[in-house]
Amino acid sequence: MITLTVNGEPKEVQPTTSLKDIVSLITPASRGVAVAVNAAVIPKSTWETTQLAAGDEIEILTAAPGG
Amino acid sequence: MTIEPLAHSPTVEPLVIADHTFTSRLITGTGGAPNLEVLQQALLASGTELTTVAMRRVDPTSTGSILEVIEATGVKLLPNTAGCFSAKEAVLTAKLARDAFETNWVKLEVIGDEETLLPDVAETLDAAEELVGEGFVVMAYTNDDPITAKHLADVGCAAVMPLGSPIGSGAGINNPYNLRIIRDMIDCPMVLDAGVGTASDATLAMELGCDAVLLASAVTRAQNPVAMATAMRHAVTAGYLARMAGRIPVRNYAQPSSSFDGLAEL
Repeated sequence: MITLTVNGEPKEVQPTTSLKDIVSLITPASRGVAVAVNAAVIPKSTWETTQLAAGDEIEILTAAPGG
Repeated sequence: MTIEPLAHSPTVEPLVIADHTFTSRLITGTGGAPNLEVLQQALLASGTELTTVAMRRVDPTSTGSILEVIEATGVKLLPNTAGCFSAKEAVLTAKLARDAFETNWVKLEVIGDEETLLPDVAETLDAAEELVGEGFVVMAYTNDDPITAKHLADVGCAAVMPLGSPIGSGAGINNPYNLRIIRDMIDCPMVLDAGVGTASDATLAMELGCDAVLLASAVTRAQNPVAMATAMRHAVTAGYLARMAGRIPVRNYAQPSSSFDGLAEL
């Protein structure tokens, strides 16, 4: 198992887990969702093939009401 | 005999930002509404065609989607970079929004301080330059400083958006003089962003030469958001038409509108 940080919380996953798997743990939607890993945008088209390493910091964002 | 009104009564000209034409000159924010139903009705009542959203972490416990609420109204989405304190954060947020919503439009907002929420103009300018270079349509929130506004226009912002007063303050337009100067200094659309408290503030912004008004709290935090949204729709139209109509000069002394010629000697 490796430990990642997902939206600020530690998460233990199998080393083979893809970014797409991580996103689906948090939200069923992919429309209107964007992901950054270690402060770099990972385009939706590459979520499935993006492998993660221990310590990676993942931010999964969507729209929220705002100014 | 009945007199018909002019066939072509004065109307509000469309607003063009980048490659997009808007009929409405009111841009809304979506923050601060008591719930999504009220927000949706307020959006419709305002007549807006462009509305902002922020980028935040997905909340797995949240119910209702702001995106679906906006999409149902047909209003175009304008992601913002609210909450960013640096150019780096703002550029990353804009890129995330582009991936999430498939739009290259962004309301650039880089603040320098949590208490005042005033813009950090140095970081804003850096971010604007980088985002324009990456092909974004940048609508930049900025201070009411004419020189900064000029720099933002010069780096290619699609709209420059000076504040009237701090975000959410409802304090109106603190420096109308500066807004007039900005109007003279930039050619791109100028949008009053932040500070509007009530309808007369929005009207004044348009009278001063703004091409549009962006507001959120004035509507969403009003006691009756839908009524205030309606008021804002009319206020922006009134201010635009008044400016186009050409107001009378301000005088220190009265000027009679009834002639003294032919006055009876009583």
